[in-house]
Amino acid sequence: MRKFTQSMFFSVFWLTGIAAVLVMLSVAGYVVVKGFSRITPDFFTTSPRGGLSGEGGILSTIITTVYLVLLTLAVATPLGVGAGIYLVEYADQSRSPLAARITSAARFGVETLAGVPSIIFGLFGYALFVTALKLGFSLASASLAGACLIIPVIIRTTEEALKSVPDSYREGSLALGASRWETVWKVVLPPAFPGITTGIVLGAGRIVSETAIFFVTLGGSYRTPSSLMSGGRSMALHVYYLAMETRAFDKAMATAAVLVVLVVVMNLSINMISRRISRNAR
Amino acid sequence: MDQIRLKTLDYSLFYGEFRALNRINLEIPSNRITAFIGPSGCGKSTLLRSFNRMNELIPGVRTEGSVQLDGGDIFREDVVSLRKRVGMVFQKPNPFPKSIFDNVAYGPRIHGVRNRSRLAEIAEESLSRAALWDEVKDQLHKSAMALSGGQQQRLCIARAIAVKPEVILMDEPASALDPVATVKIEELMNSLKKNYTIVIVTHNMQQAARVSDFTAFLLTDENRAGNVIEFGPTDRIFTSPTDRRTEDYITGRFG
Repeated sequence: MRKFTQSMFFSVFWLTGIAAVLVMLSVAGYVVVKGFSRITPDFFTTSPRGGLSGEGGILSTIITTVYLVLLTLAVATPLGVGAGIYLVEYADQSRSPLAARITSAARFGVETLAGVPSIIFGLFGYALFVTALKLGFSLASASLAGACLIIPVIIRTTEEALKSVPDSYREGSLALGASRWETVWKVVLPPAFPGITTGIVLGAGRIVSETAIFFVTLGGSYRTPSSLMSGGRSMALHVYYLAMETRAFDKAMATAAVLVVLVVVMNLSINMISRRISRNAR
Repeated sequence: MDQIRLKTLDYSLFYGEFRALNRINLEIPSNRITAFIGPSGCGKSTLLRSFNRMNELIPGVRTEGSVQLDGGDIFREDVVSLRKRVGMVFQKPNPFPKSIFDNVAYGPRIHGVRNRSRLAEIAEESLSRAALWDEVKDQLHKSAMALSGGQQQRLCIARAIAVKPEVILMDEPASALDPVATVKIEELMNSLKKNYTIVIVTHNMQQAARVSDFTAFLLTDENRAGNVIEFGPTDRIFTSPTDRRTEDYITGRFG
């Protein structure tokens, strides 16, 4: 009887596992198969020309996406990694009860923000950066709003990465007369680096794939942005515009296929980077 | 007469309101091995960690009385320079996930040695003193994590020696090692006392009897605060203890 129950549950788990993988494969597969049939070299080398028929390729949206990711990471990485280091290496070690209260409030905030829908960050970005700070629909507004979105992700992964470094390393370093900063910089950060990198790449992936938040901060111009203050259209946003405002549904699919491949490549590269780095650390 | 290296005067330590060490008075002689023995929880590790102020890493720790190194109050000294003078080896070997060379060079680099050939000299000297040089001289750039436990612990000793301390604190340095590696560490301690003052915490009474010149026996009182019950030359403590409780402990009646 127990054997039967066991095999029954194993089959159930097995089936749910298969179902999950199938769903994922069929979504990605459908998009990729559908999309790739429309992809020609021109698709990458020309920019959208607008219009109801969705003329042109996706060059300017690729460029905008790259700008957006780089600018967002430039803002979010120092703030997110810095906050993570502060929380784990300084605030947690502090003796003051006030600091303890502030950190637990900060952690609660980070947890909550990580679960907030991206459109809320979009509205916040619209209210603050686009209108109040008069940055308009621009790369500046979008990357600041995007940074707000991924900072919680980067803080959390940084914290996890730092916590996985054994305390005995910290003690060993401090006992040699190293300051706390020297300890963090030379002993704690190197083994935590793969984890932190993972967080940053995850954040980048988020920026590549988000739509709603950029809808209300980046605008929708399909021209290549010429400065921080010009608006633009990321690839994900382009998919939305093509699908909703043109008849070129096939091109939306093609763009989506490129996006899917890009995200898969980014995730694979995380794995490779962290595996290589942790092998070197050992 | 031995010169006194470390001295505590009515030294007490509190975790919040709880008194963990009660009015400790000890004089630890220079270039000798002093062992702290006693049952678990008697405060011997806490006392050891007082000498390089590692207890300050724990929130809510407060001290009374004084601890002196060469006559100077350690609580008035800059903690970085204190820890340079008072090195520490931990219970579990804790080499950094770096190369063997970088482990030994870590301390000197932090204290400002940049010159490569100088660092190489320090590394060779420290590893030789830690009786590890012959085993690792051809693989200095290999990861320290690839060494055996006993080698790792000797590397940690070399790492501590590399900053030229006066005192080396050892918190049960052999308890995570096999008997062969333990013997090596004990022989090493004996050769190190020419140049360093060594204070060791140990659970192992035979070890204390074998390696130490002086022994302090600690025990908790009725309030669970650690007290030094008896302190003196190891021979005398183990052959004719003056306190009944010391005798009971070393003859294995409790603990």
